[in-house]
Amino acid sequence: MCVAIPGKIIELKGDTAKADIMNNICEINIGLVSPKIGDYVLIHAGLAIEVIKKDMAEEMLELFSEIEEAANDDSSESQK
Amino acid sequence: MMTLQKVKSKLSKYNGKEIKIMEVCGTHTASIFSSGIRSLLSPKIKLISGPGCPVCVTSASYIDKLAQYSLMENHCVLTFGDMMKVRGSKNSLTEAKAMGGNVMVVYSPLAALDWVVQQKNTQFIFAAVGFETTAPIYALMVRQMIKRKISNLKLLTSIKTILPAMEYICENEEAIDAFLCPGHVSVITGSDIYEDLAIKYKKPFVVGGFEGEHIIAAVYDILKQLQKGEHKVKNMYAEVVSDKGNINALNLLNEYFENFDVYWRGIGKIKKSALRLKKEYAEFDAGSNFEENDEDMPKGCRCCDVILGRINPPECPMFNAGCTPLTAVGPCMVSAEGACGIWYKNR
Repeated sequence: MCVAIPGKIIELKGDTAKADIMNNICEINIGLVSPKIGDYVLIHAGLAIEVIKKDMAEEMLELFSEIEEAANDDSSESQK
Repeated sequence: MMTLQKVKSKLSKYNGKEIKIMEVCGTHTASIFSSGIRSLLSPKIKLISGPGCPVCVTSASYIDKLAQYSLMENHCVLTFGDMMKVRGSKNSLTEAKAMGGNVMVVYSPLAALDWVVQQKNTQFIFAAVGFETTAPIYALMVRQMIKRKISNLKLLTSIKTILPAMEYICENEEAIDAFLCPGHVSVITGSDIYEDLAIKYKKPFVVGGFEGEHIIAAVYDILKQLQKGEHKVKNMYAEVVSDKGNINALNLLNEYFENFDVYWRGIGKIKKSALRLKKEYAEFDAGSNFEENDEDMPKGCRCCDVILGRINPPECPMFNAGCTPLTAVGPCMVSAEGACGIWYKNR
């Protein structure tokens, strides 16, 4: 029930906003956060519960890509 | 320098004392399966499902009440889809609907308000179930109902808070060595709320995200802490979780709700583990029963032991032997985030 998904803010309208969620444009409530157009927010049941900190996200993504590379190296080694 | 190659190697080759890590959130349980995390871990690192599925710990009498409302003339129950298949003492909401009950599934409660105001002759009851992640939505609903003078909607609340349940587990279940804290609850509460538990019970509490890589990183941090004898709170989902949480959301919860002691289905009463509307907002409550006691579970059902991390679902004698998602006996089998249902789908 606590599932939340990221979406990109593309239009602001007071307490609501249009967000691009994997190419679906949805109207969401932004009463709890103050995003700017272009920001990514975390959306739970139509409510943005946090603005995603991009630098932090990128830092994690770097970590993840390293993990992925390591995993790929392993699988290619195991195929040898 | 510790490379990620070494991280993976450490996790798979760990051969020390067996450690049990409880993932509190049902979404973590699902992600652990979908990303195949267990295949990367040494058999000595056990991931145990916890009580973090709100549907699974919602009382049978609460579902009974929703079903009754749905069958009343000019009434309509609005609910998240998760609640549809869980049985009360007699029926589920799906069954109530089949009997002629008026039940509608919604995704966004706040968006549903626009529709509710157009149906003035119908009394709507919203099944306000969830943890801290969802609770601010209900507070915003009440705020909107006041602002827009909406009088044909009431909330039937069953809102629980996860920290008291984690303390209950720390107090009663010594076998759990560390916690993978719920990521999206922590977005609202902040990671600092786990500090007291980490100090008192000397266990690591690590907040993690839901991608496989998030979970691997969190499990590795827990392993490191346990090997060093540390018991810290670590936030490894910093892109959305802060130390103090979403202050706007927390202020909203304080404005509209108060804590009280409540029974958790299959566990018992846990102090100050739920939220209910304050007295000044009673007119928006649909007669939520705050004294319900549903300690009795279906005969043979061991959902309680699953929720408390004592057993994994396949250890229940009824798992896939009379209890399946289509013929669920216990609530953990029927909910999409229930541990038994997730284990069944990935068996």
